[in-house]
Amino acid sequence: MNRRMVIYMIGQIIKLEAVLMVLPLIVSACYREFYCSIAFAAIIIFSLISGFTLTILFKPKNKIIYAREGFAIVALAWIILSLIGALPFYISGEIPNFVNAFFETVSGFTTTGSTILNDIESMSRSMLFWRSFTHWIGGMGVLVLIMAIIPTDSGRAIHILRAEMAGPVVGKIVPKIKENAKILYIIYLALTIVEIFFLLMGGMPLFDSIVHSLGTAGTGGFGIKADSLSGYSPYLQWVITIFMLIFAINFNLFYLLLIRNFSTVFKNTELWCFFGTVLVASGIIAYNIFPIYQNFGDSLRHSVFQVASIMSTTGYSSTDFNLWPESAKGILFILMFIGGCAGSTAGGLKMSRVLLMFKMIIKDIRKLLHPRSVESVKIEGKAVDNSTLHGVGTYFALYIVIISIIFIILSFEPFDFQTNLTAAVTCFNNVGPGFGSIGPMASFSEYSDFSKIILSAAMLFGRLEIYPMLLAFYPRTWMKKN
Amino acid sequence: MNIIVVGCGKIGRTIVSSLVEEKHNVVAIDNNINVINEISNIFDVMGVYGSGTDCETLIEAGVENCELFVSATSSDELNMLSCYIARKMGAAHTIARIRKPEYNMKSQGFLKEQLNLSMSINPEMLAAREMFNILKLPSAVKIETFSGKSFEIIEIILKENSMFCGKRLTDIRSRMKAKFLVCVVQRGENVYIPDGNFILEEGDKIGLTASPSEIQKFLRSSGIDKKQAKNIMILGGSKLAYYLAKMLDASGNRVKIIERDKNNCSSLSESLPKAVIIHGDGAQQELLLEEGLDSLDAFVSLTGMDEENILISIFAATHNVPTVITKVNRDELAGMASKLGLDCIISPKKIVSDILLQYARALENSRGSNVETLYNIMDGKAEVLEFNVKSDFKQTDIPLKDLSLKPNILIAGIVRDRKPIIPSGNDEIKVGDKVIVLAANQRLNDLRDIIK
Repeated sequence: MNRRMVIYMIGQIIKLEAVLMVLPLIVSACYREFYCSIAFAAIIIFSLISGFTLTILFKPKNKIIYAREGFAIVALAWIILSLIGALPFYISGEIPNFVNAFFETVSGFTTTGSTILNDIESMSRSMLFWRSFTHWIGGMGVLVLIMAIIPTDSGRAIHILRAEMAGPVVGKIVPKIKENAKILYIIYLALTIVEIFFLLMGGMPLFDSIVHSLGTAGTGGFGIKADSLSGYSPYLQWVITIFMLIFAINFNLFYLLLIRNFSTVFKNTELWCFFGTVLVASGIIAYNIFPIYQNFGDSLRHSVFQVASIMSTTGYSSTDFNLWPESAKGILFILMFIGGCAGSTAGGLKMSRVLLMFKMIIKDIRKLLHPRSVESVKIEGKAVDNSTLHGVGTYFALYIVIISIIFIILSFEPFDFQTNLTAAVTCFNNVGPGFGSIGPMASFSEYSDFSKIILSAAMLFGRLEIYPMLLAFYPRTWMKKN
Repeated sequence: MNIIVVGCGKIGRTIVSSLVEEKHNVVAIDNNINVINEISNIFDVMGVYGSGTDCETLIEAGVENCELFVSATSSDELNMLSCYIARKMGAAHTIARIRKPEYNMKSQGFLKEQLNLSMSINPEMLAAREMFNILKLPSAVKIETFSGKSFEIIEIILKENSMFCGKRLTDIRSRMKAKFLVCVVQRGENVYIPDGNFILEEGDKIGLTASPSEIQKFLRSSGIDKKQAKNIMILGGSKLAYYLAKMLDASGNRVKIIERDKNNCSSLSESLPKAVIIHGDGAQQELLLEEGLDSLDAFVSLTGMDEENILISIFAATHNVPTVITKVNRDELAGMASKLGLDCIISPKKIVSDILLQYARALENSRGSNVETLYNIMDGKAEVLEFNVKSDFKQTDIPLKDLSLKPNILIAGIVRDRKPIIPSGNDEIKVGDKVIVLAANQRLNDLRDIIK
């Protein structure tokens, strides 16, 4: 374990967070919320000092990053990022309990969108902005951002990218890591700006448009209204629906569109499956909820919005779906597991994993019929190698184990079965709202501090796809010699 | 520059590694998924899984915008075909690794022209030529020639009884009659560009430039001249051995090849009528002694296994064979072998990557004073480059002593009208010259880069 390099990278990340906090500082100055400005300024200075101390004291002689260091850097970076990110809420006094502030920040960075705030509308503007901005940073990943800015000479830095980017296989679109990271961030930024523009066109105030766009881009889901997006016009809800779906698509496909390689995009199986699932699910739900709204347009809009919101793991709501019939809630619950496409900012299992698992099941059933048959699992005509398939299987097993553990721990809380189960699932898949007492119009504030810490860990496990966090808690990882 | 490399075996991997170090955008193609995974984990490249002859794979790798396409798989035919396809699909330059003797003799020019190849590389032939040069001049451990053969750079290791140990360079220069320049010294892990007051020590590896005739004169008067090898034993009957034996035959040496495989022995004896082919296991010390190891001038170990080459070479060295050349492919082992006292270690893949780097740099800078030749010397710690001086180099006609060069740069030679000049402070660089520059611990693309 190259500990110096790990600590050095952590120092770089602390510095980066300080720079990123300049934006909410500016917002606080614009809205004349000076007690927030003081909090942000103090934290920026504190982070810069500690960041520089770390990078100067621990300048590594050996800059090689193996898989082990990559995982450790990512896991530690996210924990420290959340700890520092929680300070503004705590110091400004807007969230007086530090555990609450930590939960809120983890929920922000992991783009979950679960909140402990009961009265969102009384928060200061700059804190609301910071909350949503953490979604944007966490959506594409902090370390990816660092790769785009800081020169890395080692090709092994791909391990960091791989630990932070979602999906079973992380491929490159251009040869250099730095260029990859830059392209991803440019696409990300451009799409966010386009969304802000469309929301402004629909008459949403500037601050609201920015905050909601940041929340959609990261597929996070922090809003600024107690009733999420219910109060906005149907046009605005449609715009948000479309962008939630866009941000749940593999970003590599946008690059392929940019270089006019349409045929590859068109042939992408994951994309078709994703949209197929969205269509089928929203169709059924629209039919289900028709009796409530008595209007085809409204029921379609609400069903598509909710399906897009849950599948992209954003967690906005256009209506209180906690009041929907059980069948509709059941479908939404299952969609929480599936999540978006690999290589997007969405959470969940990822469509490509679900797809691979179904193909593996079919293959194994055929194998029972013809024990001597030789068959390979194929996606887009190319055989998927066995180690990838094996990885998908193991990942799913781990995924179920961890959700079960979290659920059992939460069961000691005085809530009903539905609340506890959906709390575990929604946090682990980075969705946001659940059902029962944690529905879209409610919050997690009733949970005990201990459960909040467990749920924060669940969000981090889910965002980083289990392995980095698991390795970070595995003592052998940190030994000097192994 | 966008470069595609097909085939990531021993040679391909070295090529990828050195191109990535030069900051090129490299896409690697291989039909083994494990190799692709490994290579994209270690180097900053994009890995594409597939065959180099498959159009779809090539499109995925971005062949339309590719400026240099290198095919280095183990199959000559596949290399030629994929270069042909890539060229038709838009690759600007193509380089194929072609090693079979039948493609390298008379048909080479025809193939190159018909397939539109920019270059064909034969690692075995190149390695054989390098070994041949050393056998012609056994005092040196490495010899590189510049264009027109007007300049050579040789590496010499100073042994304990050498007359140079403990002497200052100015003293050595005034005592010797030959015109030469000691341009670089490697001591341990460090490389120095020496000035006149530099004192040489035992164990130093020195790099020396001069014209070939001056080098002969230098070696004769310094007493480290070994006589040309005449009686040579080659272990292992690979393609490399064939090329080397052919060159040695042509210049009238006695060659003996020891090869394990019976069929290989008979085909070698057909194609090399003058050489003596022995069928036997070269790892048996009995056999080596029986075949006259003690009376050899030179021993060349070319089996497919690095470890075997190193061990048998050590055995030959203990039997006082004056020149022992060892082929070692793996870098780690090459380092170990030189610690064990083997001086002449040759790695075919290093030679190939040198040539490719030279080609890539010349492409990048085809309008300016471009790189004509490039060699890595002193275990890759320094480079010698030959530039064609064009008018874009502004510092012409200025005495060298007035030029402010960057540190660790030395002008090691100037070729004007095919005549070699060992530069002194009063010489000038003129348009149309060829300038040989030595750079330690840095990379040069353009002659302009040497000026501060």
